[in-house]
Amino acid sequence: MKADPTGVLTGAHYLDGDFACGEGAMAAGCRFTAGYPITPSTEVVERISRRFPMIGGTFIQMEDELASMAAIVGASWTGIKALTVTSGPGFSLMMENIGLAVMMETPCVVVNVQRGGPSTGLPTMVGQADMMQARWGSHGDYELIALSPQSPQEAFDLTIAAFNLAEEYRVPVMFMMDECVGHMTEKVVIPPADEIEIVPRRLTAIPPKEYLPYRVEGKLIPEFARAGDGYRFHTTGLTHDERGYPVMSAECQEVCVRRLVEKIKRNTDRIVRFDEENADGADVVVVTYGITARVARMAIDLARKMNIKVGSIRLIVVWPFPEKRIRELAGKVKAFVVPEINYGQMVLEVERCAAGQAATIHVPHGGGGVHDPNAICEAILEAAK
Amino acid sequence: MSTTVDPNQVAVDEHPVSPFLRMDRIPHIWCPTCGIGTVVKCFATALDETGVDLDKTSIVSGIGCTGRVAGYMKLDAFHTTHGRAIPFATGLKLGRPELLVTVFSGDGDLVGIGGNHFIHAARRNMDLMIILVNNFIYGMTGGQNAPTTPLKARSSTMPFGNFERPFNLPHLAASCGATYVARWTCLHIRRLTKSFKEAIRRKGFRFIEVIAPCSTLYARLNKLGTGFNLMQFYHDNAEIRPDADTRDVDIEFQDNIICGKFVDEERPTFTEMMNEHYQQKLGDKYVPLPPEGGLLHE
Amino acid sequence: MKYWRKPLDFDQVKIPRGEVRIIADRCKGCGFCVEYCPKDVLVLSEEFNRKGYHPPKVVKHGECVNCNLCAMICPDFAIYSVPLEEEASSDQQSAVSSQQSVEEQGTDR
Ligand SMILES: Cc1ncc(C[n+]2csc(CCOP(=O)(O)OP(=O)(O)O)c2C)c(N)n1
Ligand code: SF4
Ligand code: SF4
Ligand code: SF4
Ligand SMILES: [Mg+2]
Repeated sequence: MKADPTGVLTGAHYLDGDFACGEGAMAAGCRFTAGYPITPSTEVVERISRRFPMIGGTFIQMEDELASMAAIVGASWTGIKALTVTSGPGFSLMMENIGLAVMMETPCVVVNVQRGGPSTGLPTMVGQADMMQARWGSHGDYELIALSPQSPQEAFDLTIAAFNLAEEYRVPVMFMMDECVGHMTEKVVIPPADEIEIVPRRLTAIPPKEYLPYRVEGKLIPEFARAGDGYRFHTTGLTHDERGYPVMSAECQEVCVRRLVEKIKRNTDRIVRFDEENADGADVVVVTYGITARVARMAIDLARKMNIKVGSIRLIVVWPFPEKRIRELAGKVKAFVVPEINYGQMVLEVERCAAGQAATIHVPHGGGGVHDPNAICEAILEAAK
Repeated sequence: MSTTVDPNQVAVDEHPVSPFLRMDRIPHIWCPTCGIGTVVKCFATALDETGVDLDKTSIVSGIGCTGRVAGYMKLDAFHTTHGRAIPFATGLKLGRPELLVTVFSGDGDLVGIGGNHFIHAARRNMDLMIILVNNFIYGMTGGQNAPTTPLKARSSTMPFGNFERPFNLPHLAASCGATYVARWTCLHIRRLTKSFKEAIRRKGFRFIEVIAPCSTLYARLNKLGTGFNLMQFYHDNAEIRPDADTRDVDIEFQDNIICGKFVDEERPTFTEMMNEHYQQKLGDKYVPLPPEGGLLHE
Repeated sequence: MKYWRKPLDFDQVKIPRGEVRIIADRCKGCGFCVEYCPKDVLVLSEEFNRKGYHPPKVVKHGECVNCNLCAMICPDFAIYSVPLEEEASSDQQSAVSSQQSVEEQGTDR
């Protein structure tokens, strides 16, 4: 389905990543946003709160991020596309209800414009240290989807992708921006609405009498009924059967949670998205994401000038991780170099998939700034040895 | 004359409450002489007698013994996380404004862990009907102290008696801006049902506190007998004083319980305020979210 | 119920009559219905139900006024009352007719 034109600000604009993300959400059909102010993410909701009244959307500034997250899960059950926006401390507060969204299979998008942590950390300065939290932050076993944009243009494009993935798989999607991308202003081209592909909320066609909220009949994703259409369904954060009724047993847990995991795992190849450059035949492959991908490009150019065969993989969808491709490359390259603005997060995934077949070299940065390209270049040279 | 009915027979579904419950989940989990079931019956009766469109009525619960109510009501029902029923319900209401959204949960859930949401939803006059079953304790987790446990009452984490001052809930709700505030015990079945009916028909943040026995924990830890004895206690010690100043309706341990409808006012709800404000500021440019919800369904 | 002097509007005022239905195996023996029935129609029986509780039983046959208080107060949805035919004016008759109506309904199902 094509985007509804009311939300689409077609044209070429100069926007920062936060604004572009907000525009992406509105273009994707988001009409409910709940948020709580936090640097460096607030501009997203400022943009939305200014535009929503004219496009049939409702924004509410909640009392905290627990409430914001709970509110978007509730809103999503009315069939509306819902968004919340935050940064590290707020992301921590959202974790329990992200788990609720996972368990209830509620489509929604959570934007985290990452800043330096832990705790209050560096409110106005960049970090990429919530990547593992996005994957594992809520308790229990689950899978979800996370994306990471490298530019305002991508903040727009990928926010739409995030909403589409949320709808398609009935999961909360984490939109893992970083402060640099959020606050950098660049040209953003917003296409006409009829060129924007949208996955709408699909309402079940099964009549209420025959409908069970979590019946899948061999598929992986159940049919969705929204509140107020006469289905009188029940949904819960407890382990549940296909009726949505709590069942406290290991057997039900197996069926319920396994499917939550499998619906993403078995679709990994369809969900995974990355930019690959000269990785085949390379000695060294740099694996990056977000702002660090742009910094690493300079390092890669430097290394190439020194005749090092360097390729790169830029993660666009970060979770699920492109495990298959990294494993393939591991058998061919000497080493992976993983720069990121943290002390070692996505590198753990690379290392796991390399499984000893190729070396994995991490280039850490504690946050508050981006890498010195020379530091990445040195790591590439070291890796090529 | 009486009939004793074999529950395996269809006759169980002839109970007048059946259309409102998920009969395939009955019997419920609540203990003997627990009062929650009685409150549910009164709520179901109010739904029945007001004739609201059940297809457009949602119920949201948090976590706790009372939190299980959503799981038994045959409505669009959401059993959410501990303390977050109100913000979840806020999303539901704002996402599809035509819904009647009710929140049914415990004291610990709504004013302990969820207290912040409670006061803010009241302040905004969010269009929600809140039913709080106050059993003075955290039932589900084994009788720990609640923000409603009366001074001196014992709980499993105040084994020598509670020394923290509890909330006076009608006063809390009223001072935060709730437009309908009532308190009853679950012995007041008629008045409670009447309050539910009134609240269903009102708009805004409507708050009904229902004092109910937790037999297994509150009554036992305090050597008060069972829920049966607590019902008798309510009978003897509940004082109906609708004109009471909410400042005066604190509950002391095993002292009188002042009941009544304390507040019944009209004030524009969050959505009404928002619509009016944007209409004023933006005129024709304002596009409110339609009552039936957001766009882009297939 | 017997009046030694008939009220003037006797033929208009009908005392509602009810019949109690008890879903014994759902009962948890709390005694609320017994205690608060305005007509003291019920007592807890000696027998155990399947869960091991004593469900209520009717002791004052024909006295139920169909006020439904038992249904309202029962936390376990285990009891309710249904109205009886209004012609029934004596205990005897109501008992008989209720028996009949139950039986009739029984065969309907
Ligand atoms: C975040 C979180 N903390 C703690 C718990 C454990 N917990 C479950 S129910 C409950 C208390 C419920 O008390 P109340 O709301 O008064 O309900 P009652 O059982 O008394 O009806 C607690 C602390 C939880 N489920 N989630
Ligand atoms: S523990 Fe208390 S509140 Fe919970 S079901 Fe039992 S009596 Fe009711
Ligand atoms: S309906 Fe009223 S009178 Fe009849 S048994 Fe129940 S409580 Fe008693
Ligand atoms: S009120 Fe209900 S549960 Fe209690 S004794 Fe009567 S029938 Fe049984
Ligand atoms: Mg409680």
